[in-house]
Amino acid sequence: MTISSRHILNTALLVFLGLIPFITDWMGDSFYTGLVARILILAIAALSLNLLIGYGGMVSFGHAAYIGVGAYCVGIGAFHAFEDGIDWMLNGYVQLSAALLGSALIALIIGAISLRTRGVYFIMITMAFSQMLYFSAVGVETYGADDGLTIYLRSDMLGLIDLNDEKSLYYLIFASLLVVLYLMHRLVESPFGNVIRGTRSNEARMRAIGFSPYKYRLTAFVIAGTIAGYAGFLMANLNDFVSPDMMHWTRSGDLIIMIVLGGMASLFGPLYGALAFLMLEELLSSIPLTIGGLHVGEYWQLIFGPLLILIVLFARNGIDSFLPQPRKSS
Amino acid sequence: MNWLLLLEQILNGFQLGLLLFLLAAGLTLVFGIMDMVNLAHGSLYMMGAYFCATFTGWTDSFILGAILTLPAVFILGVVVEMIALRTLYSRDHLDQVMATFGLILFFNEATRLIWGPIGLVIPLPDFLNETVEIIPGAPYPAFRLAIILVGFIVAGLLYFIVARTKLGMLIRAGASNREMIGALGINIRLLFTLVFGLGAALAGLAGLMAGPILSVEIGMGESILILTLVVIVIGGIGSIKGAFIAAILIGLIDTVGRSFLPEILNLVLPEASAATAAPAISSMMIYLLMTLVLAIKPQGLFPPRGVGR
Repeated sequence: MTISSRHILNTALLVFLGLIPFITDWMGDSFYTGLVARILILAIAALSLNLLIGYGGMVSFGHAAYIGVGAYCVGIGAFHAFEDGIDWMLNGYVQLSAALLGSALIALIIGAISLRTRGVYFIMITMAFSQMLYFSAVGVETYGADDGLTIYLRSDMLGLIDLNDEKSLYYLIFASLLVVLYLMHRLVESPFGNVIRGTRSNEARMRAIGFSPYKYRLTAFVIAGTIAGYAGFLMANLNDFVSPDMMHWTRSGDLIIMIVLGGMASLFGPLYGALAFLMLEELLSSIPLTIGGLHVGEYWQLIFGPLLILIVLFARNGIDSFLPQPRKSS
Repeated sequence: MNWLLLLEQILNGFQLGLLLFLLAAGLTLVFGIMDMVNLAHGSLYMMGAYFCATFTGWTDSFILGAILTLPAVFILGVVVEMIALRTLYSRDHLDQVMATFGLILFFNEATRLIWGPIGLVIPLPDFLNETVEIIPGAPYPAFRLAIILVGFIVAGLLYFIVARTKLGMLIRAGASNREMIGALGINIRLLFTLVFGLGAALAGLAGLMAGPILSVEIGMGESILILTLVVIVIGGIGSIKGAFIAAILIGLIDTVGRSFLPEILNLVLPEASAATAAPAISSMMIYLLMTLVLAIKPQGLFPPRGVGR
């Protein structure tokens, strides 16, 4: 493998992200560690969604639902440990297993039904399922209904890692991102990944050479859902809070924006997209400009909306198209 | 079972269903003919409500305000189509979803900037503020009755336009094969713009009628947009007939379900848990219906005949 300037750029980004807690320590403002941690978690979720959208051509519009499922596994566990003193429910490994199994199972059910449809119908049915989960979370009075659930006790990882320490939590998230990046790299390059990419570009041809796309699509759907569930596990521990709002369809829209911003069908695209999305939000909402008594930053979406349209219209591959391109070898 | 309440809720269901139909008709045409996912349709509905609130304030008359609103939303729709959406028709659905999501953000923020964050109220004239006793013993608000009436009239008009006029013929032809009508020498760009404007005006009409009962506020378009999408997906994308039937169905299920589900659940569940579960289950019912329909008929109930879909 030759080392291209793109590799150097990606590595530099990862090294920078790895140093964030020390940089913010040095700046004396730990707010940014939390912000970057949130970005990294969303990047993990966006990476998993990119397996479906970017590589598989399946525009799932309900991916935030799995984040919610994972997060609620932590929230509900912490709730019973705090209110009823059921200690095993605070066990991080129990919560993690519940988050992974729960999101995998739900992705399996949703995927099995949704993947029978195509195109717009697929977009709509995945969104409908996520709205169902959203409304079921709104309906459960015990767990806070639409007010959400404050988590008073973070997952107890039995001394292996202390999630109450912001730095340890950050590095758990960072390490998770690295693992997911590696996993995606291996997955996409594997024979399985080739089938997924093949069904995206020409389904009829894949059928003709003897593959049944449904099984492969469903497997990808479950993998993506499970990783998003894991992101939810991290998110609940970082925010100390879960609410139905995490599953709202607009949150799923945000994830898609990140992928489109970063560039589809590129490994690092969703990471760049998540960074760009939240940085833009942070940046645009703090524009120090006042016109006629109106604070421009307060209306940042007025700028972000048209910007999104311009990106879709003129920069189809998002940030990825501005980065040094890998030489086409095959 | 309270029969008067049931009747009243059925009327409410029709009213919601007809509002949904007004939105769904425009959306399903845009979807069907241009193969375009337009999430910003809800924003046009919101603009209809805000325009009407403003015009009503200027003219001191809801009727005049409403009459002024329709062309205003039509023009807005045409402008949006020409500036932002025209180039998106040839793109894939993902691009369309993204760009129109951007439009939603823009419209919401622009509305907050112009009208402020606090919702508006549309005052109704006296004759619409009364109640009518169409069923003995159950007074029903005249305005809601008017919505039902207008809804049916517009549905009839739309049926006439689509089924009996030349424009309607072009629309139907476009829904089944748009390349072909382009090849036959029809100015398809102009047709698209017209259809989009018409859809916008219908959305605006729905918005100005919903304004006085619900509240005129930012984000009012999003929740109803999702319902509308459910309607057109159940009905079969591109089919006006499907949109009508699905809209009434959804309206009835949602409204009647909401008021009678607690009683039904009481039969199988203890009262306390029935009371908490009912609202959630009734919100989910329409999505359940949609997944059921799609699981059995992946193209919706009335997929329009034609190729390329």
